[in-house]
This record gives sequence, C-alpha cells and structure tokens, in this order.
Amino acid sequence: MEATVALGGNPNSGKTTLFNALTGARQHVGNYPGVTVEKKEGTYAHNGCKMHIVDLPGTYSLTAYSVEERVARDFLVMEKPEVVIDIVDASNLERNLYLTVQLLEMGIPTCIALNMMDVAKSRGLEIDVEKLSALLSVPVAPIIARTGQGKRELMDKAARVAEKKGETTPLVVSYGSDLDQAILQMQREIEERRFLTDIHPSRWIAIKYLEKDEQILAKGRETNLSLATWLERTVEKVSVHLQQTLDTYPEAMIADYRYGHIRSVLKQDVIRETYDKDRVQTSDKIDKVLTNRFLGPIIMLLVLMGLYQFTFTYSEIPLGWFEAFFGWLGDAASAILPDGLLKSLIVSGIIDGVGGVLGFVPLIMFMFLGIALLEDSGYLARVAFMLDRVFMIFGLHGSSVMAYIVSGGIAGGCAVPGVMAARTLRSPRERLATLLTAPFMNCGAKLPVFALLIAAFFAENEALMMFILTLVAWSGALIVAKLLRLTIIRGEATPFVMELPPYRLPTFRGLMIHTWERTWHYIKKAGTVILGISVILWALMTFPGLPDSEVQHFESERDLVEAAASPAVIQEPESADKEAELSADASALKEKLAAINTEEAETALRHSIAGRIGTALESVSYLAGFDWRTNIALVGGFAAKEVVVSTLGTAYSLGEVDPEENESLAQRLASSPNWNPQKAISLIIFTIFYAPCLVTVVCIAKEAGSWKWGAFSMTFNTALAFGLSVLAYQIGSLI
Amino acid sequence: MRRLIMRQMTDNQSGTISAIKVSGELGRRIRDMGLVPGTEVMIQGRAPLYDPVALRLKGFTLTLRNNEAEHIEVEV
Ligand SMILES: Nc1nc2c(ncn2[C@@H]2O[C@H](COP(=O)(O)OP(=O)(O)OP(=O)(O)O)[C@@H](O)[C@H]2O)c(=O)[nH]1
Repeated sequence: MEATVALGGNPNSGKTTLFNALTGARQHVGNYPGVTVEKKEGTYAHNGCKMHIVDLPGTYSLTAYSVEERVARDFLVMEKPEVVIDIVDASNLERNLYLTVQLLEMGIPTCIALNMMDVAKSRGLEIDVEKLSALLSVPVAPIIARTGQGKRELMDKAARVAEKKGETTPLVVSYGSDLDQAILQMQREIEERRFLTDIHPSRWIAIKYLEKDEQILAKGRETNLSLATWLERTVEKVSVHLQQTLDTYPEAMIADYRYGHIRSVLKQDVIRETYDKDRVQTSDKIDKVLTNRFLGPIIMLLVLMGLYQFTFTYSEIPLGWFEAFFGWLGDAASAILPDGLLKSLIVSGIIDGVGGVLGFVPLIMFMFLGIALLEDSGYLARVAFMLDRVFMIFGLHGSSVMAYIVSGGIAGGCAVPGVMAARTLRSPRERLATLLTAPFMNCGAKLPVFALLIAAFFAENEALMMFILTLVAWSGALIVAKLLRLTIIRGEATPFVMELPPYRLPTFRGLMIHTWERTWHYIKKAGTVILGISVILWALMTFPGLPDSEVQHFESERDLVEAAASPAVIQEPESADKEAELSADASALKEKLAAINTEEAETALRHSIAGRIGTALESVSYLAGFDWRTNIALVGGFAAKEVVVSTLGTAYSLGEVDPEENESLAQRLASSPNWNPQKAISLIIFTIFYAPCLVTVVCIAKEAGSWKWGAFSMTFNTALAFGLSVLAYQIGSLI
Repeated sequence: MRRLIMRQMTDNQSGTISAIKVSGELGRRIRDMGLVPGTEVMIQGRAPLYDPVALRLKGFTLTLRNNEAEHIEVEV
C-alpha cells in the first residue's frame, strides 16, 4: 500500500523535528506552487507500506488569511492525503487543539501525535492519552520527536487511519443556539443544492460563511451566485442580531465556542497538574534577564556583535580555501588553454564569475548556522520583541533587524544571506519592505570602495567617516522602507501577535539540517543564474575587441621597447632564479612593458560595449561628477560590488589592482585633476544606494516570489542613488 | 471586579479576558492564539521601549503591540 501522510501543527510544535526523524536523509525541499512557502517531502517505510510524507506549513488555525494557512488548507482539500498527523505540543495542549478541532470539523482523517511529552512531564503535567483519544474520537500517540521515541506506534496508528480510506464523520461543535440554528438552516440549503459539497462537508461550508472566509465566499459566488447571495444575507442577519443582543460577531462566537469545546474536553480529567500552577518556569526566569529593560538591549547588542564576529572571523579560513581553489582553477585553465577568446571566456567570465558566487558559500553557511542557533534556541523571537517598537515606526517588524544586521548593518556583512534572513518574517508586507531595503546596508564588497576614497580624500577622519557611512546606510534603509510602506507596499501593519517560544537547547542535528538546507538553496539559485550573467558581463567588457590597427600599434610599441634593451636584460626575468632581484635595467623594462599592457587594457575597455555605455552615460553622469571610467566601474559593480575598485584600476591604467592594497590607486585619485572630495562623496553615496549586486537581485526576486521586485530594486535603487549623488555633488560644489 | 483595557494593565497583573472588541484579521489572529473571553492572562512584562507587551496565558507566552492590546477588555 502507498499512502500520503501530511504533517500539520502549530509553529514550534516540533513538526520539522518529527519530519526529520521520520524521513532522515530521504527528503526533498521545494516550494508550494505559486508561493514561496517551503514544501518538504520525504518517504517513510512502514510494514511494507510506503508513506509519502509532506510537511505542511506551521499554522495556528485554518482560515484563509495568511499564505501558510491557505497553503495548508488547499493541500488538505485538493490533495486529500490519506491521513494527517497533527502534531500537538503536550505542554501547550489547549491552544494546539484549536487547530485539531478545525481539522476534525473539516472531516479530515486525523491522527494526533502528542509531542514534547518530556517537556510536559517536567512541567508536572500528566495527560490521560486514552481519554483524550476517546473524547475526540481520534487516535492519539504520545511521542518525543527529539529522540524519536514513540515514532513506530505513531506510524502504526496513522497507517490504520489511512487504511480506512477517508471514512470519517466530521466533528460537530455546538456554537450556541443562535449560530447553531443559522448553521442548520444554511446546511439544509447547501445540501439540497449540492453547493460545493463534493469538496467540503456542508456544515463546514456554513461555518466558513459565518467566519466570512474570503476564499470560500469567492468560490461560492462562482459556483452558484443566487445561493451564495442568500447565504451571505443570512450571515448578515445573524451578525446584526448577535451584535444587538450580545455585542459580538459570529467569527468571535465561533472561536469562543471552539475553545469552550476544547476546555470541556480537557476538564474531564484529561490533564492533571501535579505542580503548583504559579511556579515560575525556567524560561520565564531567563526572560527576566534577557528582556530586562536595561540588561536586555545590552545583551542583545553583545549577542548580535558576537554573531557577526563568529561569522566573519570563522568563515575567513574556508573563504580563503575557496578563493585559493578558484584562483588555482583560473591559473590552471590559463595554463592549459591556448590564448584567445575561449580562454578569456572560461577564465574571466566563467571561473571568476561563478567563483565569485560560490566564494560566498562559507560565509553564508556560517551566517545561517548562527541564525539557526538564535532561531532554534528561541532568542530571535526576543530580539524581534525588544526592537519591534523602533521598526514599527518605519512600517517594518521587529524581526527585520536580523536581515539588516546580516546585510551589513554593522559594516561588512553580505546582502545575500541578509535577504535570505528575511524569511523568518511572517508578515508579507513587512517582509517585502525588509527585502528591498536590506541591500542599502554597507556590505563587505562596498567597503573597498569606501576605503579607497576615504584614504584618498579624508585620510584624517577614517573612523569617523566609516561611522557616518553606517548611519547614512541605516537612515536611508529605514526612510526608504517607510516610503515604500506608504506607497507601493501600502497596507496596515500585519498584527504582531507572536508567540515567544520557551528557550530550548538546539540539537546539533537540527542546526546542521537547517544550515545545510538554506546553503544548498543559495548554491542552486545563485549558481545557475549567475553563470549566465557573468558570461554576459564578460562579453560586454570584451567585445568588440580593439581593431587590428590598434593592436598592432601596441604590439609595435612593445617591440620598440624590447629592441632598445639588450638581449641579456630581456632574458633576465625568464631565467630560472626567480628569487634574485632584477637588475635596474630589467625592472625598468618590465615596468615599461607593463605600462604599455595596461594602456592597451584601458583602450580596449573603452572600446568595448561596456566602455561605450560608460562614455555614453557621461552626458548624464557628469551631474553627479562621474566620468566614463567611474561609469564602467559602476556598471561592473552591477555584477558584484567587488568589481568597482578593480575596474577603476583598469580604467586608470593601473593594471591589476588588489582591493586590499589600493594605496597607489588612492594616491593617483588624490593627485588627479579629475577628482576632488565632492566627487568622492558623490561616488560613496552612489555606491551605498545603487542597484544591489546581481546575486542579491536574484535572491530578492526569488524571495519576493517575482522578478518584478528584482527589477524594481535595480531601477529604483539606481534612480534613488543617482538623485542623492547629484544632490550631494551639486551642493558640495557650491560650498 | 474592575474592567480594564489590557493596555492599562501593569506588569505582573493578572485578569480574565471579558471581551475582544475587534473583528477582521487582527481579531482573528488574537482569537486563534487563544485570547478568548474567559481566558486568564498575566502581564509578563514589556519590551524596553514599553511596547510590545508580553502576556502569559494557558501555559505559553504571547506578545502583542500596545495598539493591539487596546481592543482587549480584561476583568481584574
Ligand atoms: N524537549 C523536546 N524538544 C523538542 C521535541 N520536539 C521538538 N523539540 C524542539 O522544539 C523546537 C521546535 O521544533 P521544530 O521541529 O523546529 O518545530 P516546528 O514545528 O517545525 O517549527 P516551525 O519550523 O516554526 O514550524 C526545536 O528546538 C526542537 O529541538 C520534544 O519532543 N522534546
């Protein structure tokens, strides 16, 4: 036999833990169609029965309000799994059963996994499993998902439910005489006209009408407009009546009675508390310190700095390995391949481009590990709690802080994991605003640009300048977030109503799975798209090549220089003894040749499409003080901000510029008549605000669920950056 | 017995919810989380900037913004 088993339950009830315990490595992560809600699937073999396990998004209820709830409900209705395993947190029974009751009302074959039995026991809660099962008429299996205890018995029970092939009668909860009467009346009509009854139980449809469930209302209007209108009018009548007599709404009554039903079940000796009820739980004691008015913010600051330190310090070593590996790969490819376009494409286009993306992997992995640690322990929810007041002013959510910090809120992060960190936000509008503004933070790749310009023009005040730039990035991000929330992402704040889960010690396995899943996502998503884009960028900076006459011109210049030197001097650099110092003549020759090479590179760059774009843009960009060289560098920066400094180097005929050692370029800029502090400030501002690098754009598009938002972030940010730079440059030039 | 808006409750004060005066998404979220009339709640504390507020009910902790707690009436 084969069966589909869906795992449902409240967030934090241990769904993921059970899913991992059941499926082990046999799992597949994807998305539910059309939305960015993760869908995990796996298989579990049980007594010769192959169970296909699907993890539903964690929800508290089954209304159609949030994406997660809609996804979970649609899956249950459309895919009709043979059985739903409803994971219920035994230490938090009453609230968890709210979802259970809704599942049972839908008539879905259900089996309860009573999880966290260990936690319940340590809190002094004794639960009569048999009685709970009898009162709800559902099989109940106590488990401890963390250790896998009780998993076999659970699957036994689930398999037995599955074998019955959906023969379940929906649970009937009484909603008080007023509503019950209305429900019966509606139910009769619904059954008579077979209104949606092929998919839903009639009583459930009536209840959904009373709850004003938008999805069902819309479906109803499509199916049978006259009946739908009658149902809506009936609901209206009851609503008015309830408001006049009891000052309440049908949906409120329904929730009250559902909880009433749960309480009446629990009261029949299902739960026994052996400890004092008012005993302060450990978690609350920790919270007294960690969310304390004075200590809380200080500890939070230390934790966030710690996360940051951890990520950027420890990822440095593997980051070095990755860099070295791609460097080696590039060198090896250069050595093997014959000179020419193919070599240039493979080395400069593919290896450098893909290496640039994959080079982030260790950083991202450490960042995700840190976040998983904060998330699984329950601390992240506290950070959101403490900071929400500030972020709310700007139309964001307390949880937005994580995305900002990771993106470079403390200068030096990376927007790619930052954008991905926004996943922890459950409010769609706040999440989008966070995604779009997090790239304004000063990520590690923007730092070399700042370092270069500060060294050239503001060398006396380096630390102060860096601090100011951090403030500029934060204010910019928050103000833009507010603007977005007032315009294109307008809408009321999503209710904050959030659970503060008890502190828990994360498990090693859980952390590893969390981290690896997210990292793999990144590799897959960024890797494929970036490959294409790096090739395009390479082509832009390569084609059209210099005309033959020009190439020959440089060729002859080189010949001329070499002819002037003696053969011994020419031989010298190629001699075996690399350690030895070159003679004065030889190094002079080497410099001359290098000068010609870099001049050729500059001319070639200017001649290429990218160069022409840069030159063409000059007519506009002069407003912000940028010449064609800066333009090319900035165009290159679309791919990755790291490219800005190295491209400036090429454009200024400096040849290869190591971003870490850009002193010569800084001196060159400082003494260049083309440059002044106003231009430097203008370029710094542009760099902070303009289009995020392509990997980030790809991530924004994926996370926001549409390429529209990727395109938006590119155009809007660039326009904003240009406006600000022009402003800064023009005002600066006046003073 | 005194009726209070939840927003006005002080830290560590307990009470029983008597009414939720809001419909729509906010109302539904509040109720889904178990804040229904008859539920006992205790104010566990407030964030450093006095908003949001953390409540203890039915054995778990919930946070609400002050303007959301505005709609909840409590008997203390
Ligand atoms: N003590 C104990 N802890 C558990 C048990 N099951 C899960 N946990 C822990 O509870 C926390 C939440 O578990 P998850 O599996 O992430 O919960 P979830 O329902 O998937 O949560 P979301 O991902 O938010 O939907 C983790 O820290 C688990 O280690 C259990 O039986 N006993």
